[in-house]
Amino acid sequence: MAAAGLRAMVGVKRVIDYAVKVRVKPDNSGVVTDGVKHSMNPFCEIAVEEAVRLKEKKLVSEVVAVSCGPQQCQETIRTALAMGADRGLHVDIPAKDYENLTPFQVSKILAALAKKESVNLLLLGKQAIDDDCNQTGQMTAAFLDWPQGTFASEVSVDGDWLKVEREIDGGLETVRLKLPAVVTADLRLNEPRYATLPNIMKAKKKKIEVVKPSDLGVDLTPRVKTLSVEDPPQRKAGVKVETVEDLVAKLKESGRI
Amino acid sequence: MPLSPLPAAARQSQPRLASLKTKQAKFAFTQPSVRRPGMREAPSGDPGTSRCVPLLQPVPEKASSKVDLTSQDESEKKPLPAETKSFAVGIFKGQIITEQVFPYPSVLNEEQSQTLQELVGPVSRFFEDVNNPARNDELEQVEENTMQGLKELGAFGLQIPIALGGLGLTNTQYARLVEIVGMHDLGVGITLGAHQSIGFKGILLYGSPKQKEKYLPKLAAGETIAAFCLTETTSGSDAASIRSRAELSPCGSYYTLNGSKLWISNGGIADVFTVFAKTPQKDETGAMKDKITAFIVERSFKGVTSGPPEKKMGIKASNTAEVYFDGVRVPAENVLGTPGAGFKVAMNILNNGRFGMAAALAGTMRALIGKAVDFAANRTQFAEKIHKFGVIQEKLARMAMLHYVTESMAYMISANMDRGASDFQIEAAISKVFGSEAAWTVSDECIQTMGGMGFMKEAGVEQVMRDLRIFRIFEGTNDILRLFIALYGFQNAGNQLRGLQQAIKNPFGNAGLLVSEAGKRVRRRAGLGTGITLKGVAHPSLESSSEQTVRAVDLFAGVIEEQLLKHGKKVIDEQFMLKRIADSAIDIYAMVVVLSRASRSLEQGQATAEHEKVLCETWCMEAYERVAQNLTSLQSSSSQQLFKNLRVISKALVENGGVVSPYALGF
Repeated sequence: MAAAGLRAMVGVKRVIDYAVKVRVKPDNSGVVTDGVKHSMNPFCEIAVEEAVRLKEKKLVSEVVAVSCGPQQCQETIRTALAMGADRGLHVDIPAKDYENLTPFQVSKILAALAKKESVNLLLLGKQAIDDDCNQTGQMTAAFLDWPQGTFASEVSVDGDWLKVEREIDGGLETVRLKLPAVVTADLRLNEPRYATLPNIMKAKKKKIEVVKPSDLGVDLTPRVKTLSVEDPPQRKAGVKVETVEDLVAKLKESGRI
Repeated sequence: MPLSPLPAAARQSQPRLASLKTKQAKFAFTQPSVRRPGMREAPSGDPGTSRCVPLLQPVPEKASSKVDLTSQDESEKKPLPAETKSFAVGIFKGQIITEQVFPYPSVLNEEQSQTLQELVGPVSRFFEDVNNPARNDELEQVEENTMQGLKELGAFGLQIPIALGGLGLTNTQYARLVEIVGMHDLGVGITLGAHQSIGFKGILLYGSPKQKEKYLPKLAAGETIAAFCLTETTSGSDAASIRSRAELSPCGSYYTLNGSKLWISNGGIADVFTVFAKTPQKDETGAMKDKITAFIVERSFKGVTSGPPEKKMGIKASNTAEVYFDGVRVPAENVLGTPGAGFKVAMNILNNGRFGMAAALAGTMRALIGKAVDFAANRTQFAEKIHKFGVIQEKLARMAMLHYVTESMAYMISANMDRGASDFQIEAAISKVFGSEAAWTVSDECIQTMGGMGFMKEAGVEQVMRDLRIFRIFEGTNDILRLFIALYGFQNAGNQLRGLQQAIKNPFGNAGLLVSEAGKRVRRRAGLGTGITLKGVAHPSLESSSEQTVRAVDLFAGVIEEQLLKHGKKVIDEQFMLKRIADSAIDIYAMVVVLSRASRSLEQGQATAEHEKVLCETWCMEAYERVAQNLTSLQSSSSQQLFKNLRVISKALVENGGVVSPYALGF
């Protein structure tokens, strides 16, 4: 297809803000989210920025932002719209179901939407900072049977092909993908812009369409059960040693050397 | 900066005392009005002269009314608005007017609230991630990338209508964003405030559609920067005395403007200036008289130049410079408002901006309290975290109360403005005085809590303290504003008394008024409540605070009446007394504001309601004690002795050119 006709979809997840100190619920069923500041997952922001830049370069004709979850997700979609996405899709999932939602179901939803919207490029963050799953991009590519370029640090469009530079252990790998494809954004892909106040106002006029998982034929029945969520163990106090000899002795004693 | 600290309405009721004018001339040497305030503009005034002068100046427009509080001579007085809705004005008459204060106002509709929530995130993030207050302070200007970022962010056109490229925010929405700025960088706050709170506010309030279309879109984008030019070397608090002049050309198509303006925030970087100058105008009798006219002047007009940035104690990032107008030809269509009505334009601009200062300072206090608490919770001394010690607990608790009061005032006033109130100038003045002093105390106690660490530049608090100092000076010094608060209230109370005297002359026509007023006075004198109450409006669980507030109002009104009867029109000369009256009025307004806010939290069952209840009760407990102490001292003869002593000491110092007592060792 002509590059100018590329349709991009970006996943944007609403997560507890990175600056918030997360607290575990007293019953260990999860973390406290009520009254806690939320914002767009930082890797999703990078994905949005990349999509918007491709649009500014006229390589993409439309950018659709998608979020799955309760009503508040529309705030996150609004942020994406303020950054330059053209319209939003809110997959409405009641708060209760959302608690048990995992990448498996989200991937099915995204795959269904990608087909429904005739998307050529699906851009996602490499992982969310709340559950750190790092699975959604990969699974969605599998459900769609599309090629994937994960941990992207550079993306360029070349006709029907996409060149993706990936961050891998010890270096970079460049892959060439045939569109349509799934790309997940790593930290160094770009530096996302701030949503400016005038753009936030303008974004209010952009449309957000609400769809239900059932409309897409996706079953939300959980496959994973959370047994317990706990705080990381408290760091224990150390001991002071007087000399190097003492230190070596202590380390040997504890079996470290 | 600007000038005159008094709101327009106040000035119109100012006394005109020729004899005092001479005093003012004596004071006028320093000139300092420092620049503008935080987000709003500033006024001016010279700190040195500000003590009394401004109150005495003649009002340039409209016949000035005398403050003679009880005279029967109606001919010279301008009638006051019939029924004020202002709580602060009401207490001078022994009334509790709840309309503006209960319930705590919520004026944002769902959409406005939603929009605001969306704006808060990006603005906070910008100040956390991009802006560097220490760097701005060091550079003595806002860093280039920050300035650019602020423009892109849309921060230069918050209240400009959307159709003209701005965000079209209400006062309450503006206050919330300004609060974020105040949390992070007051120097940037003044840069933004000089631009939109005063720089182009005149165009927004008084501009013709053509002027708005021509200037506002570029100003909204920050493509052009605005400044407010009122203060001059010889005209600080006494704004009406400006010497800049503009003469209309014989053809009537342009004015020729000459003059220079001092301490203009953004003066060195602005492209569009709101300039006040004297123009000859025909008065009712046909005689020519100089009146102030407001102009929109562009830097590109030939003859506009500015001086180097001034060196200052704080808000260094904000540019402050002199601006000169040398034979500048200003097109006649650039007159702002009506020719000759510039004084009103200036006063209304200032009056409309004051709430923003309280909002910004509430943000500043929130940030300072965060630092102090973090330190107190983590610092160990004597094997205990220092927050376990009573001396630290008291500091933190007081900081929290000062913040709660200021924040509650800011949003109460912005809400009243948003719902169309016009009588908010006393409350606006109170919020400026209270907020600037509260923030100063909080910064001082934050440093004290942090000890040596707080004194280090690295902690970031010393800069806040330097930046804060100007807030008690600009936009009308707090001293001047106290006199304004007291005198404005006295004048209203005086009018009521006068009404009462009229009623006595014609008792049959006014029987109801007489009975109710006489009854109130008798009951007050007998130490009984006058029947005013907050029952039914304040939350029942705050009954003790409500009662303290009501008792304070009763006590206050009684003293006002006594002082009026005692001093009559000379009340304006009793500055020692006026200051104490103002302090009490401020305390009482603070009480009712927290009472209202805590009541709302309790009624809504908010999670923090119990905490707010304690804040409210504690504040009211202490404020009541202060009010009672201040007022009863005024009723005793010892206060007369005290004031006399203070006068004597001051006089001796001035005559001696400094300290009179010798060195303790004799040399």
